Amino acid sequence: METPITKNIRAGNGPPDLKSYEWAGGYRAVRKALTGMTPQAVQDAVTASNLKGRGGAGFPTGKKWAFVPMGAEARRPKYLVVNADEMEPGTFKDRLLLEGDPHQLIEGAIVSAYALEAEIAYIFVRWEYREAARRVARAIVEARGAGYLGSNILGSGYNLEIYLHVSAGRYICGEENGLLDALEGKRPIPRSKPPFPQTCGLWGRPTVVNNVETICNIPHIVNNGADWFKSLSRSEDGGTKLYGASGRVKRPGLWELPMGTSLREIIEEHAGGMREGFSFRAAQPGGASTEFLPKEQIDVKMDFDSVQKAGSRLGTGTIIVLDDRTCPVGAVHNLEMFFARESCGWCTPCREGLPWVREILWSIEEGRGEAGDLERLETQCWQLAPGHTFCALAPGAVEPLQSALKIFREDFDRHIREKRCPWK
Amino acid sequence: MATIYIDNKPYVVKDRQNLLQVCLSLGFDLPYFCWHPAMHSVGACRQCAVKLFRDEKDTRGKIIMACMTLAKDGIRISIDDPEAKKFRAGITEFLMTCHPHDCPVCDEGGECHLQDMTVMTGHTYRGYRFRKRTHRNQYLGPFLHHEMNRCIACYRCVRFYCDYAGGRDLNAFQCGNRVYFGRHEDGVLENIFSGNLAEVCPTGVFTDKTFRRHYTRKWDLQTAPSVCVHCALGCNTIPGERYGTLRRIHNRYNGEVNGYFLCDRGRYGYEFVNGNRRIRGPLLRGPGGGEARPCTRGEALSRMEEALHTPGRLIGIGSPRASLESNFALRTLVGKDRFFSGVSERERKLSAAALEILQRGPARTPSLHEIRRADAVFIIGEDVTNTAPIMALTLLQLVPCKKVALARSLQIEPWDDMSFREAIQQECAPLYIASAAPTGLDDEATRVYHATPDDVARLAFAVAHVLESGVPGMEGLPENVSGLAGEIACALKEAERPLVISGIGGGSLSMIEGAAAISRALRSVCGKGELSFLFPECNSMGLALMGGRSLAEAREVLREGDADTLVILENDLFIRDAKPAVEELLKSAQHIIVVDHTHNRTSERAELVLPASTFAEGSGTLVNSEGRAQRFYRVFVPDGDIRESWRWIQDMISISGRGEAAGWKVLDDIAGAMAREMPEFEAVTRIAPPADFRISGEKIPRQPHRASGRTAMHAHTDVHEPMPSDDLDSPLAFTMEGYGGQAPPALIPRFWSPGWNSVQAVNKFQQEIAGPLKGGDPGQRLIEPAEGVKSASPDKIPEAEGLRPGEWLLVPLYHTFGTEEMSVLSSSVAERVPAPYLALCPEDALSLGIGEGEAAELIASGEAQQRIRVRYLKGLPRGVAGLPVSLPGVGMIDLPQKVSLVIPAKTADTGKV
Ligand SMILES: Cc1cc2nc3c(=O)[nH]c(=O)nc-3n(C[C@H](O)[C@H](O)[C@H](O)COP(=O)(O)O)c2cc1C
Ligand code: SF4
Ligand code: SF4
Ligand code: SF4
Ligand code: FES
Repeated sequence: METPITKNIRAGNGPPDLKSYEWAGGYRAVRKALTGMTPQAVQDAVTASNLKGRGGAGFPTGKKWAFVPMGAEARRPKYLVVNADEMEPGTFKDRLLLEGDPHQLIEGAIVSAYALEAEIAYIFVRWEYREAARRVARAIVEARGAGYLGSNILGSGYNLEIYLHVSAGRYICGEENGLLDALEGKRPIPRSKPPFPQTCGLWGRPTVVNNVETICNIPHIVNNGADWFKSLSRSEDGGTKLYGASGRVKRPGLWELPMGTSLREIIEEHAGGMREGFSFRAAQPGGASTEFLPKEQIDVKMDFDSVQKAGSRLGTGTIIVLDDRTCPVGAVHNLEMFFARESCGWCTPCREGLPWVREILWSIEEGRGEAGDLERLETQCWQLAPGHTFCALAPGAVEPLQSALKIFREDFDRHIREKRCPWK
Repeated sequence: MATIYIDNKPYVVKDRQNLLQVCLSLGFDLPYFCWHPAMHSVGACRQCAVKLFRDEKDTRGKIIMACMTLAKDGIRISIDDPEAKKFRAGITEFLMTCHPHDCPVCDEGGECHLQDMTVMTGHTYRGYRFRKRTHRNQYLGPFLHHEMNRCIACYRCVRFYCDYAGGRDLNAFQCGNRVYFGRHEDGVLENIFSGNLAEVCPTGVFTDKTFRRHYTRKWDLQTAPSVCVHCALGCNTIPGERYGTLRRIHNRYNGEVNGYFLCDRGRYGYEFVNGNRRIRGPLLRGPGGGEARPCTRGEALSRMEEALHTPGRLIGIGSPRASLESNFALRTLVGKDRFFSGVSERERKLSAAALEILQRGPARTPSLHEIRRADAVFIIGEDVTNTAPIMALTLLQLVPCKKVALARSLQIEPWDDMSFREAIQQECAPLYIASAAPTGLDDEATRVYHATPDDVARLAFAVAHVLESGVPGMEGLPENVSGLAGEIACALKEAERPLVISGIGGGSLSMIEGAAAISRALRSVCGKGELSFLFPECNSMGLALMGGRSLAEAREVLREGDADTLVILENDLFIRDAKPAVEELLKSAQHIIVVDHTHNRTSERAELVLPASTFAEGSGTLVNSEGRAQRFYRVFVPDGDIRESWRWIQDMISISGRGEAAGWKVLDDIAGAMAREMPEFEAVTRIAPPADFRISGEKIPRQPHRASGRTAMHAHTDVHEPMPSDDLDSPLAFTMEGYGGQAPPALIPRFWSPGWNSVQAVNKFQQEIAGPLKGGDPGQRLIEPAEGVKSASPDKIPEAEGLRPGEWLLVPLYHTFGTEEMSVLSSSVAERVPAPYLALCPEDALSLGIGEGEAAELIASGEAQQRIRVRYLKGLPRGVAGLPVSLPGVGMIDLPQKVSLVIPAKTADTGKV
């Protein structure tokens, strides 16, 4: 089984430096693309590979890039922004790539920026990822020293600068428009779409925002071709995926596996199954903002379409497992506490709705729940549905709640009926 | 045009608008919070939700935000859809979760957009049963009270304050439902448009602090249409009164003039009306001067008779802050040749020149609304921010046409505020400023040029030359200046609507002529371009139109013994001319009669003082800088003998045994007489419906139909309800009875419509949202450039004049709070007035060895020496010093002028004088 994006990463070792990275075949894609391919050819390869964005929404990367105005007419500078804000609870995959193989990310960024004819790239790193930021910064210096960055890279005539930006740290800074505001030094508030960043992004210029993992796949697609990339997958979506698992499993962790590996395989084989005395009750397949999948769905294939059909989202592909000895109401309350805190405060339903949701859940958990509370929660889910709020934070925030109200209805009812939490 | 379907009915609407604006223009009641007609859409509150249907067959539809959706041809929406209604009610409920529900003690209550919208959405019962989030409030200075718990986080305040008005010290802090709107710490909000927050904020977070000191509900305010008297722009206002005191000023929308906003000088300057310096009754003073004593009207009239007994011995001094009617009455009393315009010699000359340029053409003076569409501006010698604040606010909004085109090419409409700002990157239209001293707009300018007034004028002429011949064509122009001239000429030429602004404030005729030369060149070469001159006071333009000789000539007439009696209309001569000159003038008169509303140094010298009404107690006409005549109406009936000045002067005319004023029964009569005598004022007779105008036989009530306690108001003196006073001058009545519908635009006493109790009721009075008022925006333009006349006379280009060693060129400086005579009497404004100072650039101050805050002696020819503290002002040219005009504590000096400075010796130990 091939694991292209984690092949250089060794637990306990530091990241490969420039030399070892090159020795392992690194920066070949930069050379190949910049000296032998047109930007359009790189874009075509990515489109053909069926790579879908790993930031959560699973938007096809080639299609996203195709919206960027190209050629002499395009307004400049154009920007590529690598989203390394990773603040979704339960998600820690980008951290591995940032800390474990920063040169791979730099190489991916160079090739992607080249494909977009972008002059400037930013790597936007979450505030708490100090070590990652240090390692990326060092890699940028090394890459510039080796002539992979700067002007006339490898004699190709192509110029690119990469800047590292360490965010001030908020979940909303991961939302691509909030991120762009933060980069511009403004209060991070999502922007209305359209216009999309591809036409009017950072400082009003064409901009592409991609997730770290998305970008890390690019060099391999360029090196090995779209067919190879698709062959890595067990589904329609191309490539491998970094899956993670947390919760009461035996071996929480991250694994690079073929896209479309089943939830059961990930939990039972790679994570070693549930810990003694705990059994699997449900899971969020892709981070805190995805709907719970009940036990019956454990055989779902973990690719974008299959998870969608099962009633949730692949999201970031990092699974949060809910066991039978954890109160689901408490778990959901915990999630909503996070979302209510992280709402940017721009639009009413999210700003006012989430704290209310949090309060209701806490009162239910504490045995103060009242008749009508669950209906109220359902109304809130509707009020915070996609399109009803300004950005996707709020709909994401109520996804786990919405599913919990269905799957764990009896648990909620018991809390209210018995005026206490049955788990305590 | 586009056809859209609302609840299955077709409507034809203008292209490229958003659905919210369209629905409101069509008269639908669709609730909103974050959208503002001047600041447009951002989609934050989610209150304006409607249902969108794909086509006729689509029955499910989806919820969208009307303010964020283009009303494109064929679009089908529903406002009444049950789900959309439920969603909107849900949003209001969300907004109300932590709201304190303290309407009874909230200053906004009764005119609160949140109350109105809550009723409109039908939300009645709050389901939220948890602890509310609370905030602490801040001290924000003299103008605004802050009560953060009432905030619904619509973001209008920061969008107005920062994005629209360019303020820097208010912002949104924190996130989630802890989001906080205020300053980074307690302190005075510095932006001079801060008061608009009281109207922009849809709830009671930001409220008028001065109103709070003598608070009353909106429904208990007696109001009338009025015009701001604190600068020459003539912003339309709605003053409100109760129990004989003026309580506040609100904006009165006029699409051509001020639109939705006022400046803080205009909003808060009103307190002089209630001030203890008001002249409340006639006063007599003995021949030896001393204390004046109150007298009866009868006594006053007989003293008047004595003073006026010899015809031909009388001269009158008019005023740029008195109405056209009062000035005209005085002119009638004394005769055209014995009417003096009551401003300094310099101001009279400059005003006359500016007026002549505008009348001659070819450039036309634009309204503020037209200025809003300019796409390149050159300001010559005016500190617009401080002399005409709302014009500065207008200039901050200019966007070059090509940026609009760029945004449209990205499918972004200008009403999509956030995206639009992102697309154009806040890039403003080219704005060039040339002036002797730094101005409030310098930070926003493309380039600024600070030099002596003559050098500024030379730059202006150079620009005109480039436009006409392609080269600056002027001897000895430094290279950087001719380069700048080329750049400015190019920007003006490329623009679709170039605008040149200058005015009286710079004190320089050559700057005015330079501005005129540019606009002439633009007109003749490119066939475009507008020219705006700023005048200093609320009726300076009216006075200029009326003519009148200068104060110096008045002095001459008195000195020669051709007159012995002086009638001074609403004018403190000590702010017009140097003290010795004014002293001479006053001393050479045997009788001085002053008609004014406020005591000043001039009224202290009069033997007879007659109490005049302020704008709030009388009606009249003012002409603004654009040349627009506008009517203001009496808001309330003052106590005692206070009357419009023209009525006192009318008495004087009759007492002198003359008949000209006999027919002046009401304001319309004197306006008519004025128009007959001076055809320039013909349009004044058309600025508003005549006094006998009635709708369905009824007058228009100044009091809202909900005014409460009318019978109780006088109960301590009489249990019977007194007869309301009659207002002969206008179709407005001092009662709550009368015509309940919408009044004609010039007579709108307040904006109110069923279900719309807040200022946003103005939506219902406009032809379309943010467009003209129904029936047309009030006011009549008195100046249109003569057709086809081309001035040939080449203007004299000033020489670059150097300064001799030890000589300083003293130039005027302006302060929004401080320069204008009446507003500084308002206690709130007074808190913002700086202490007197003399400005020097730091380099000059260093070479003089004078530190900030140290005193210098200022010696101007023929004027008293003044000792004044020095303030450093970066950007002043070397050799130029600045003195704030009319600032309390600063003596009047004719500016610009060459002066000398003496630095007193310092005592050794402290370094202080
Ligand atoms: C509230 C919120 C938080 C997000 N946080 C992240 C994040 O931390 N990292 C990330 O890559 N994408 C995040 N996203 C998704 C981004 O908006 C964006 O879709 C993504 O960066 C695009 O990259 P991709 O096309 O490579 O998936 C977030 C979205 C939302 C609504
Ligand atoms: S949904 Fe939440 S995070 Fe997104 S814009 Fe609205 S308030 Fe901000
Ligand atoms: S203070 Fe007023 S204007 Fe500002 S966000 Fe709150 S409610 Fe809106
Ligand atoms: S700009 Fe002038 S007219 Fe307008 S409110 Fe201010 S002072 Fe009054
Ligand atoms: S008015 Fe449309 S979202 Fe606020």
